[in-house]
Order: sequence, then structure tokens, then C-alpha cells
Amino acid sequence: MATEPKVIIPDREIDCIGLFCPMPIVKSREAIQAMRSGELLAMLSDDPASDADMRSWCQITGNDLVEVSRADGVYRFLVRKTR
Amino acid sequence: MERGGAAPDRVYLDYAGFSPVDPRVLAVMRPFLEAGIGNPSAPHSLGSEARESLEAARSKVARLVGGATPGVIFTSGATEANNLAIRGVALRGGDRPRHVVTSAAEHISVLNACRDLEKGGGAVSVLPVDAEGRVDPEAVRRALRPDTALVSIGSACAEVGTLQPLADIARITRAAGVPLHADAVGALGRVPFAAEGAGLDLVTVSSNDLYGPPGAGALWVRPGVKILPQMLGGGQEGGYRSGTENLPALVGLGVAAELMRAEAGHGEPARLATLRDRFVDAVTVSVPDCRLTGSRADRLPHHASFVLRGVKADSVLLDLDLCGVAASSGSACAQRTGTPSHVLRAIGCAPEEMEGSLCFTLGRWSTLAEVDAVLDRLPPIVTRLRALALPAPR
Repeated sequence: MATEPKVIIPDREIDCIGLFCPMPIVKSREAIQAMRSGELLAMLSDDPASDADMRSWCQITGNDLVEVSRADGVYRFLVRKTR
Repeated sequence: MERGGAAPDRVYLDYAGFSPVDPRVLAVMRPFLEAGIGNPSAPHSLGSEARESLEAARSKVARLVGGATPGVIFTSGATEANNLAIRGVALRGGDRPRHVVTSAAEHISVLNACRDLEKGGGAVSVLPVDAEGRVDPEAVRRALRPDTALVSIGSACAEVGTLQPLADIARITRAAGVPLHADAVGALGRVPFAAEGAGLDLVTVSSNDLYGPPGAGALWVRPGVKILPQMLGGGQEGGYRSGTENLPALVGLGVAAELMRAEAGHGEPARLATLRDRFVDAVTVSVPDCRLTGSRADRLPHHASFVLRGVKADSVLLDLDLCGVAASSGSACAQRTGTPSHVLRAIGCAPEEMEGSLCFTLGRWSTLAEVDAVLDRLPPIVTRLRALALPAPR
């Protein structure tokens, strides 16, 4: 029997399409600061550098990068606030 | 070297972040702000005065760059000039952007302009750099493709100060018939520079880095190199950068370029290099677990950058500021995001070093007394902060 695909619904989503480094990280940081620990942020970006930047930022801040997906040139990062 | 006299209260060592405008530049700018000589396109006599002043400024910038005067296109600064160079060349003559070669240690305005081309269907080769931030010219040669439109490598890495082997890179790009763009913001007037002779095709100029007013700059383009305008309007600057020219600032840029050339002839770069060497030698001895980033020998004469283990740059900069010293971490982007800068990542810095990046840039008004004052104040700050960072004894 096929299982239903897991759908993760973020608590907040921000659209950084068209913006370049450092803005996707700056806006993610602002968004995360206003969220509660355990909540999930989705960030959309089409900056080719945002993949490496988000991984580095999550590693430094300790936030959990739950999922990275890409469709039609747009990345979707799911980050869980850990602290 | 003798010590430099009484310690000054305030020491400014962030010239690469912002340079004070030279009073001689300001004096020349003033009538252009106050007397109505403003629009070089105006039909009246004040307009023709403005045109003459604008063209005089153009020749002065061309002399500093070492290229033909008509090649100078005035812009609002280096970021716009970098965008005009990269987008202007890569987007010209085709329905999609072609291939561009750049390096991982470039200014963010170069990298982001390249990433934007990538999003639009172009291809970008971002070359790695060595541990000192240097690009290997052979890597440029290997990256060239039949559809390569442009190579963009800065004269020096702004964050770690290393000069790039531009003459060697230019030999390769000339032979391949590919235009070479150099962001020469830190290098102009500080290291010998001759764009046409060295085989450069496009050169980015920043006014403020020459002690001119902020908000002005230029892109020098070798005659014959075609670019696509990025700012459309009334056809100013030969149609390549529309919008009424910011005449007071551009006249200031012209004077600043002339002064930079004159002072280079009177040994200013050597004076700065002597102060810089004293500073680097003393910091690397008096601050434990601290090392110079970038090349020791091939670097901008006014530039000193370090990474320190076991301490955060933000804390050091705050403490330095409290005792009157203005410096920077070298990267405005990294400071805004709280993540390690792309240049430190590119040169392979250890993660524990990347948070402790400090950059000191000297300038026309830097003195021995100022350098010595920072040498007195920096080591105790680092010692104190490291002690605070250690876990308390049980």
C-alpha cells in the first residue's frame, strides 16, 4: 500500500526570490529571531549561492536544516529553530 | 624605527571601508555645488563649463588608470561599474548570457552579478584561490571556453590584501581574445598600474578609495570593447550610462585621481607599506595565536588582515572602538549575516579562525603614532577577551 508523502507545513515562510547574498541570510535571521524554539521556517531563494550560505549559517547558529529542495531554479530551505 | 610620539585619542584604520575626503578635493568640489555649474548637457554657458570640467575629470581618471580618455564611463561607484562590466559584456550580442570566469575571492558585487547571469541561463566558472587568496593564471587558461565572454579578476583581494597576478592572467586572455575585467579599487594609486599596457580591457574605479567623495566611480573600457548599457535614459556618458552626471562628485573624483598619482610619485605607497610592515610584524609577535591572512610580499601596501583563534572579531572591534580605534572585520556581508566571509572560506581558513577576522587599512593621514597606539591597545584586549571565553575554574 502506498504511503502518503510527508507534508511539512512551516510556521512561517519568507520569499527571498530575486535577492542575493547576504539578503537571504539576513532575512532568515530576522525571521528566526521572531520565532519560537521548535518552529519551522521555510525560505525560498533563487540565489545560486544560497545553498552553501544556508548550510554554513545553520551550522554556525545551531539551527536545524531539516530539508533542502530545488524546483525550477528555486531553493526551498526548511529550518527548525533550535534555541 | 623610533616610536611615533604622543598617543592619539582616536585612530582610524578603516580606510578601505570609508576614506575621509581630501580637503583639497572638497575645495575644488565646492563651487560645483554652490555656483550652478551642474549639468554637462545644459545648453547655456554654465552647461559648457560643466562639460569642460567633466571632460577634464575624465582625462585625470584615464591617466590614473593608464588608458585612453574616451574609455572612461562615470558611474555611481564601484558596485555599479562592476555590474556594468560583467553584465554589459556578458549580455551583449546574444539571446542569452555567455560564459564568465571569475574567482571565489572577488568582491560581492562581482560575484552577485555573475550569479545573476547564471540564473539567466549563463555559465559561470568560479575559480578557487590558494591559501593566500591568489588565482592561478593557469586555472584561468583551463577555464576558458569557446563561448567565454569575459574574465573578471580583481587587482587585489579586498579582504586579505593579496595582489593578483594580473599581468600573467592578461597575457592569457589577450592571447585567447577574451576581455579581462579588473576591479582595481584598492590597487589604483597604490601599486603600479597601466591598464592598456598590461592588457586589461575593463577597469573598475572607486572615488572614495582615492580620498574622493563617496557615490562616484568609473568603469574604464578599452576602445573597441563593446558593452551593453545597463542604465537607460537620455544617453549621457556616450549612451553607456544614462542619467545626468553627478558633476560635483565626478570633478572631485578627477582631482582625487590626480592627487593619488602625484602622491604615488612622492613615495606614499612606500610610506604606507613601511607603517603596515611595522604593524604586521608587531601584531603577529605580541598577539599569540594570530596570523596574517593573504600574502606577506604581494599585498596592497595599506592593508593588514589577521585571523585570531579563540576570540570573536565583533568583541575585539567593540573593545577597540571603546578605546578609540576604528577597524573592521574585512567583510560587511559577513558582519550582517554572522557567518564566515566567502573569502575566508575560499582560502581554507579553519572554522575556529574564521570568527576572529580583523582588517586594518591605513591611509593618507595614518601616522606612526597611530600605528603604535593600536599596537599598545590591541594585545591586552585580545588577552582579556580570551580569558573571558575560557570556562571558569572549578
